Amino acid sequence: MKTFGYTIQNDRQIDFDAADKKLYRYVAEKEPDINLCIFCGTCTATCSAAEFKNMSFRKISLFLRRGLTENLKREIESCMFCGKCTLVCPRGINTRNIIFNIRKGIEEYEF
Amino acid sequence: MSFDWFVLPFSIGALILIVVLISRYILWVIKLSRADRRKSWRSVFSFKLFQAVWEVFNESLLHRKIFRVNALLGWMHMTFALGWFLLIVIGSVESKFHKEKVFNMPYDPIFLRYFEHDVHGFWFAEGFTTIMDTILLLLLVATIMAVSKRFFKWIYGMKRTTKLHPGDQIALASLWLIFPMRFIAESFTAGIYGNGGYLTQTAGDIFATFLPLKSLELGAWWTYSSALCLFFLFLPFSRYMHIPTEVFLIYLRKAGVKTPDNKLTGFSEFETYSCSRCGLCIDQCQLSETTGYDDQAVYFLQKLRRNILQEESSHNCLLCGKCTNICPVGIDITKIRLLKRTEFAPEMLFNYRHYENVIHHDERKVDVAYFGGCMTHLTPKIKIAMTGIFRKLNIRYNFVDENGSICCGRPLKLAGNHMQARDLMQENKRIIIATGAKILVTSCPICYNIFKNEYKFDKIQVLHHSEYLNLLHKEGALKLTPNEEKMVYHDPCELGRMMNIYEPPREILEKSGKLIPVQKEKNFADCCGGSLANLPLSEDNRRKVSKEALTKLLAPSPDILVTACPLCKKTFSNVSDTPVKDIAEVVYERMIE
Repeated sequence: MKTFGYTIQNDRQIDFDAADKKLYRYVAEKEPDINLCIFCGTCTATCSAAEFKNMSFRKISLFLRRGLTENLKREIESCMFCGKCTLVCPRGINTRNIIFNIRKGIEEYEF
Repeated sequence: MSFDWFVLPFSIGALILIVVLISRYILWVIKLSRADRRKSWRSVFSFKLFQAVWEVFNESLLHRKIFRVNALLGWMHMTFALGWFLLIVIGSVESKFHKEKVFNMPYDPIFLRYFEHDVHGFWFAEGFTTIMDTILLLLLVATIMAVSKRFFKWIYGMKRTTKLHPGDQIALASLWLIFPMRFIAESFTAGIYGNGGYLTQTAGDIFATFLPLKSLELGAWWTYSSALCLFFLFLPFSRYMHIPTEVFLIYLRKAGVKTPDNKLTGFSEFETYSCSRCGLCIDQCQLSETTGYDDQAVYFLQKLRRNILQEESSHNCLLCGKCTNICPVGIDITKIRLLKRTEFAPEMLFNYRHYENVIHHDERKVDVAYFGGCMTHLTPKIKIAMTGIFRKLNIRYNFVDENGSICCGRPLKLAGNHMQARDLMQENKRIIIATGAKILVTSCPICYNIFKNEYKFDKIQVLHHSEYLNLLHKEGALKLTPNEEKMVYHDPCELGRMMNIYEPPREILEKSGKLIPVQKEKNFADCCGGSLANLPLSEDNRRKVSKEALTKLLAPSPDILVTACPLCKKTFSNVSDTPVKDIAEVVYERMIE
C-alpha cells in the first residue's frame, strides 16, 4: 500500500519557533512553482521510488513548507530523479527542479 | 639584412603570441590523462599524422563542412584561411628566392615589397607578384564579405550572428584592417618604385597621381605592422584562438583522444578554444526561438572560456544535440555541458541501498528481457503493445519492470549526479543479467542510450524496440498488413542524434502504412520539448517548444504522428489534436496473427 501522505498530520500546533523556513525560501526563489502545489498526491501515486520505499513528493512539499528539515532529509534520499512526477503534475510544477534545489539548499545551509 | 623600425610591432606581437600559445597548449596537454598523452605522442610517428594533415587541409583551410551548410560563408572562410596560408607560404618562398638565402628573418616575407624594389627575371617581375596579388585580391573580397556579414546578415541566410565581446571586437577590427592596409602599403611602394603586380601597381599608379606617396609610404607600412601586432596580441583572448587550436584538436582526434564519460580533461579545453563563434548553432537552438534564451552553445563556450559559467547556463539546455550536429568544428558541446553539470550538482542526500535485492524474477528461461522504463509506465499502451507482440509471436520474454523497477540512471546523469547514478546502474545491471536473456529490449530511448553506452553488458545485445520489431519483421516472424493511414515520424533526440538510429523505425513504418517525410527530420529533427535534461525550464516554455515542433511535424497534415519514445509521446499528446502513437502501437494494430 502506498501512503499518499495524508496521514502525516500528527496532533500538533504549527510551531513558528521550531519551523525553519530558510530552506523553503531558498527553494521558492529558485523554483517559484512550489507555491502552486495543491497536495493532490498524483506525484506520489506515480513515483517509481514509492514502489519500494516510503517516498512521497507530497510529503516532501509539506515538510518543506513546515520547515521540518530532518524529516525532509529522510524522505528525499531515495528519489531517483526519473521525472515521472513532473509529467503527471496537474499544476505543471517542475518537481524535479524542486528536489534538485532542496538537495542543493540542504548542502548550502548545512542542515 | 633589411631592417626598419616598423618591423618591430609585428615581430614583438608574433613573439608574444607564440609564447602564450605554447604555454597554454603545454598546460592543456598536462591536463590530459596519461593514456591520452601517450596516444598523442605515439601518433606522431604513425599514419595518423598524415590523416590529420589531410583533415586540417580539408577543414581548417578549405572549410568543407561550412561549405556544405552555407556556400557563401564557406567561400568567405576558405578565402580567408587558404588565402592567408598561401600568402604566408608563397611569400616565404618568394622572399627566400629574392634574398637567395634559406634562413632569412621571419618578417622578410611580410614586408618584402618595402625592402626589395629590384624586379628582375620572370619570377620577380611577374610570376610571384601576380600570384601574390591574386591572393591579396581574394582576401580583400573576403574582407568585404566579412564586413557586410556584420551589417547585412540576411545575405548569408543567417537570422542572428554572434554577439561579440570587446576582445573579439578589437581582434575583428584589426583583422579587417590587415589586408586593406597590406594592399595600401604595397600600392604606395609600387607607385614609387614600380615593383607591384597587376593589382598593386595599377592602384599605386592611380594613388601616385593625387597623393604624396613618398611621405605616406612609411606610415602605411607602420599601420600594417601595427594592425598585425594588435591582431596577434588579441588572438589568444578572442574567437580567433580557433585558428591555431583547431589544428591541434584535429590531430588529437585522429590520435584517438576523447572526452571521457565522467570528467572534463585538457581535450575539452582544446575543443572549447576551437570554437570560432561562427554562430551556426544560434539559429538551431529551439529554446532561443521560443523563450528569448541566450545560452546557446556559442555563448556557453564563451562563458566557459572566461570562467564565468553559472549553474543556470549549464542546466538550462534541452541537450537535444542540434548544436553539436551543426557545429562545423565538431565540438561535442552536449557532452561538455553535461559534464560541466557535475560541478553544480548536489552530492549528498542520496541513498539507494534499500533498492538492493528488491526485484526478483521467476527462474524460467527466457530469450528476451523487456525493460519498459519509467516513462513507458505513464504511456501504458506501449507496454500493452509490446507484451502483446511478444505473446502473439510466442517469444519467451521477461518483463523486467512489470511491477516497477529502479531507474536506469540516465536522468540522474543528466542532472550531473554521475556517482549516484553508478549505484543505480550496478543494481539494475544485476537485475537484468539475472533474467538470463540474450537480448534486452527497451521502449525508452533514454534507457537505451545508457544501457548501450555505459552498462557494458558482455553477453546481452541491447535493442530499442523499433530495432527489435524491424529485426523480427526482416526475419519473417512478424507480418504486417499495411493500411492507408498517413503517418509522420518524429525522431526522438536520444534515439536519433545520440544513438544514430534513423532507419529501423522508418523501415518498419514504411511496411505498415504510408510514411510521409517532414521538413526537419533525422539529424535535424526538433526536440519535443519534454527533455529530462533541462531542469529549470518551466511548464509554459516546455509547451511553447512542443507546439512549435508539433506545427512543423503536422505541416503535411498526417492522420497520425508516430514516435519511438514514451516521453515524446506524452509531451506531444499534451498539445496535439492529431493522435500521437508509439511505433509499437502501430505495429501491434497492424500485425497479422
